Amino acid sequence: MSILTTLELLPLIGAFIVGFLPNSNAKLIKQVSIAISLLVAAVSILMAVRFNSGTPGFQFIESRSWIPSFNINYAVGVDGIALVLILLTTILVPIVFLAGWNESEGGRWSVKTFYVLLLVLETMMIGVFAATDVFLFYVIFEAMLIPVYFLIGGYGVGERAAAAIKFLLYSLFGGLLMLAAVIGIYIISTNQGGGTFDVTELSKLTIDHPTQNWLFLGFFIAFAIKAPLWPFHTWLPSAAKSATAGTSTLLLGVLDKVGTYGMIRFCMTLFPDATKTFTPVIITLSVISILYGAFLAIGQKDINSLIAFTSISHFGFITLGIFAMTSQGLTGATFYMVNHGFSTAALFLTAGWMVHRRKSAQISDFGGLQRVTPVLAWSFFIAGMSALALPGLSSFVSEFLVLVGSFTKYPVAAIFGTLGIVLAALYVLIVVQRSLHGEVKPGNESLTDLNLREKIAIAPVIVVLVVAGFFPKPIINLINPATATVMAHAGVSDPIAKAGK
Amino acid sequence: MTTSTHLVYLIALPLLSAALLLVLGRIADKWGHLLATLVSATTFVIGALEFFAMQSRTGASRAATQKIFEWISVGAFKVDATLLLDQLSICFVLLITGVGTLIHIYSIAYMSHDHDRRRFFAYLNLFIAAMLLLVLGNSYLNLYVGWEGVGLASYLLIGFWNQKPVYATAAKKAFVANRVGDVGLSLAIMIAFAQFGTVSFDGVKAGAPHASPAALTAIGAMLLLAAAGKSAQFPLQSWLGDAMAGPTPVSALIHAATMVTAGVYLITRSNFIFDASPNARLMVVTVGAITLLFGAIIGTAKDDIKKALAASTMSQIGYMILATGLGPIGYAFAILHLLTHGFFKAGMFLGAGSVMHGMNDEVNMRRYGALAKAMPITAVTFGLGYLAILGVPPFAGFYSKDKIIETAFNSGGTKGILLGGATLLGAAITAFYMTRVIVLTFTGSKRWDDKAHPHESPILMWAPMVVLAVGSVASGFLLSSGSALVNWLQPVVNSQNVVAGEELMKPIVVSGLALGVVLLGVLLAIFKYRTVPTSAPTQVSVFTKAARKDLYQDSFNEAVLMRPGQKLTAGLVLTDYKVIDGIVRTVGWTLGAISTAMRKIQNGFVRSYSLLMLLGVLVLVFTIWLVTL
Repeated sequence: MSILTTLELLPLIGAFIVGFLPNSNAKLIKQVSIAISLLVAAVSILMAVRFNSGTPGFQFIESRSWIPSFNINYAVGVDGIALVLILLTTILVPIVFLAGWNESEGGRWSVKTFYVLLLVLETMMIGVFAATDVFLFYVIFEAMLIPVYFLIGGYGVGERAAAAIKFLLYSLFGGLLMLAAVIGIYIISTNQGGGTFDVTELSKLTIDHPTQNWLFLGFFIAFAIKAPLWPFHTWLPSAAKSATAGTSTLLLGVLDKVGTYGMIRFCMTLFPDATKTFTPVIITLSVISILYGAFLAIGQKDINSLIAFTSISHFGFITLGIFAMTSQGLTGATFYMVNHGFSTAALFLTAGWMVHRRKSAQISDFGGLQRVTPVLAWSFFIAGMSALALPGLSSFVSEFLVLVGSFTKYPVAAIFGTLGIVLAALYVLIVVQRSLHGEVKPGNESLTDLNLREKIAIAPVIVVLVVAGFFPKPIINLINPATATVMAHAGVSDPIAKAGK
Repeated sequence: MTTSTHLVYLIALPLLSAALLLVLGRIADKWGHLLATLVSATTFVIGALEFFAMQSRTGASRAATQKIFEWISVGAFKVDATLLLDQLSICFVLLITGVGTLIHIYSIAYMSHDHDRRRFFAYLNLFIAAMLLLVLGNSYLNLYVGWEGVGLASYLLIGFWNQKPVYATAAKKAFVANRVGDVGLSLAIMIAFAQFGTVSFDGVKAGAPHASPAALTAIGAMLLLAAAGKSAQFPLQSWLGDAMAGPTPVSALIHAATMVTAGVYLITRSNFIFDASPNARLMVVTVGAITLLFGAIIGTAKDDIKKALAASTMSQIGYMILATGLGPIGYAFAILHLLTHGFFKAGMFLGAGSVMHGMNDEVNMRRYGALAKAMPITAVTFGLGYLAILGVPPFAGFYSKDKIIETAFNSGGTKGILLGGATLLGAAITAFYMTRVIVLTFTGSKRWDDKAHPHESPILMWAPMVVLAVGSVASGFLLSSGSALVNWLQPVVNSQNVVAGEELMKPIVVSGLALGVVLLGVLLAIFKYRTVPTSAPTQVSVFTKAARKDLYQDSFNEAVLMRPGQKLTAGLVLTDYKVIDGIVRTVGWTLGAISTAMRKIQNGFVRSYSLLMLLGVLVLVFTIWLVTL
């Protein structure tokens, strides 16, 4: 059994253990869950250390027959792109557990159910990035909806049931299109001598251009909903508004990355010709997302939907980088996925603490927090600086790579994208001013600052943002060979191929 | 090129100190200011040692580099964290750490009653670190990190008292205006990479002579946009006046002596771009000329002493920017003026702070008057700065400003006459508004309110003012005797040793003219402000009204950018809800309605099921019949 399978199974086993704990002892349930998630994080780091960044292709591969009649396998393996996303997942989960200590209380179901759902979700998140069998990927892609549905609908706030259903229907719709495309490509592989779902085998098929277009769209729309890309985005703000801070963190920080990850892993790898056909459209949608998300963020009154719209803008950057198809764009976009995960975690968690204390998510209810809760205010401020990609923080490196990589091929799109940095300054600084600066607003005078548990939860996120801003090299080195493989397969090369003096 | 191992401390020490003071929090309240001051002084010592070491080396080996670590490497895009200390950057290092340390010392006293003094000093150290990175980075991307870093420090310091909403707004405005400039810098870097495959100064310098004029013009224009944002040049100038919300030592250090001059550094550093692009140079001199007049005109109408000085800063940087656009010989004069300005303007700002300190934080000059007696040291040091900015020989500004005026006149043709005329006119207006400041503040009659008890500031405050006053007197002479600075900078700028073209006017004529118009400005101000009402007169000309309103810069921005932007945002929010989400909700509602209708069919009655089955069979039979036909 490869270390990858072990990593996948650990949270699932943990979920079983938690399931047998007494329902009455909420504290024990939380402690055991955190211990398990820390163990998972440790194993994932061990795996990253053992990963050989010099070798292209998948590592830690394992394949077991699952449904032999259709040649469906439990096949897993990671390249650099999948590895960094798995690391993002395993590091965020314990942070989310610790940060959202009280989130599980007051839900429709028990505390135990909450942690079982989250641990099962962790297994699926690792599995979805590790799957190298398209059918396996599809199954997990769809199955992930279930725990998230219950997490939003059962433990959220406000119109949580409606938000959960909206999320579910949207995703199911995309999933169905993808299922059609999955079946389609399987049939093609059958016609070309031996049906398979193995992504490497599938990428060797010769598929005529019109068919590629249809199959591409089947995958792409599912991923564009997941990511989400304008105009498929409206489920996200309502989900973020209703979900708990921890769920939102995992939803936007990790799950949505499955969309952008899928674009690289499946859309580009399996359908290179179609990718080229649709690139102009997708680049345009990306730029619209960047600007539209930013404008909408400026106009929000609810702090959580503001964060959701900033993410739509950031996902625009990610898809821009992916479809620019340059090494800077692709590596930058992948690194962006990781950074956005941490950056969004910082935003949602700190905002969640603010909302929890103030009992309101309306930005206008805050004010003067810097003088009342300085540590919380600083944490939120640093998260905001990361959202506007301040140089020195990791998000700057990825955002600039995306922009410079896009500029070499699509200068006009990159120029419009660059305008997003002014809008980002606006949406961050406006909410910072309204919530942290000014006179202390009535109702905020006696808010308490972060306690030790919360400080311990947010500290690693901030450390990652700063350290990866100065030393992004280890992460970039993991990603680089994988993007080179993707580009070579798609038959594209950098316009600026040789470094100057 | 020499390899150095300790350049990194210049940045690491203040950065760590800032982080330490912020993380430790209140524990460090007692000694935070001392640590920060000590660290700043240490960076000055390192800088001075480097300077002496440089002097002992010759030629190309004077410049030193240090590679700290590999930063980003993706495909052809390779950027390392490498520092470069050359003849140009050492000027800035000494200015930043020298003036910076003086201002740290001054702030110990100035901020002594502030509950958050430690935080203030943490921000100051953060600024020093970022500013040093800005001038020491060896590539545009390294520079960019410092560039936004100083923007952050500036934001934090302008908003230091952000519990006052106006101050918080001023901080935000500064950051956003700077970000508009940063778009320029980002795009310049992207174009440079697309053109040259590198973003290092060396690489771009090597490639610039072979690049297309269009690319060079584009890079130049984008660099100018960046400079305009950071250096408060037209059309991104509007934030600087509001930035005076920050504590006065900040105004002296960041918004007068160092950060706002970063645009001048950027253009000077990119001299290889501008030397190769006449179009870019034309844009630069245009922006410089407009801003130097714009700032000077605003300066004539300000009653707030800090805002008058801020307008003056904008105008003086206009001179520097203009000089950088005058071709290879202009850069050195821009840097000369930048250094002398660093002394006299920082000195005057500290003087203003000293006055405010003695006057219960009153900033309205109409409530000052006759303060020379109460604050003799402040008055004398401020007066020396005044003589320097006017360009009276032998004070510092005489050497630096007259050189710019002279070079502008001699830049040839109508352009030369226009630019020279603008600089001369600017000098006259400068004399007017600065004399106005002196008259309103230090001479004339007392117009204090009853609670004011003006007194001289403590030694920690006046000692730095004295040092800067000495600089205001002597720096111009020292830096230009034997063309010291021009020769020193030679390898970095104007390496081809271009000399001035045909002389339109001899230096002595320029100086005579300049002194003449300055005298005119001085006399006019003295005459006009023989008596000063304590509230600003309301029956004034349209010109005065316009100048008081900063020539309507804010009204313009609000009408052209802010309000349409707000409308667009509101419109998009509505569209998102009504149209995009509306379609989604309609689809959802329709599906729901269909489901409800379908549910009625599932009613549990066998008779309706059999009826449906019958219908189904009929449809089937009918279909088969149709198909087989």
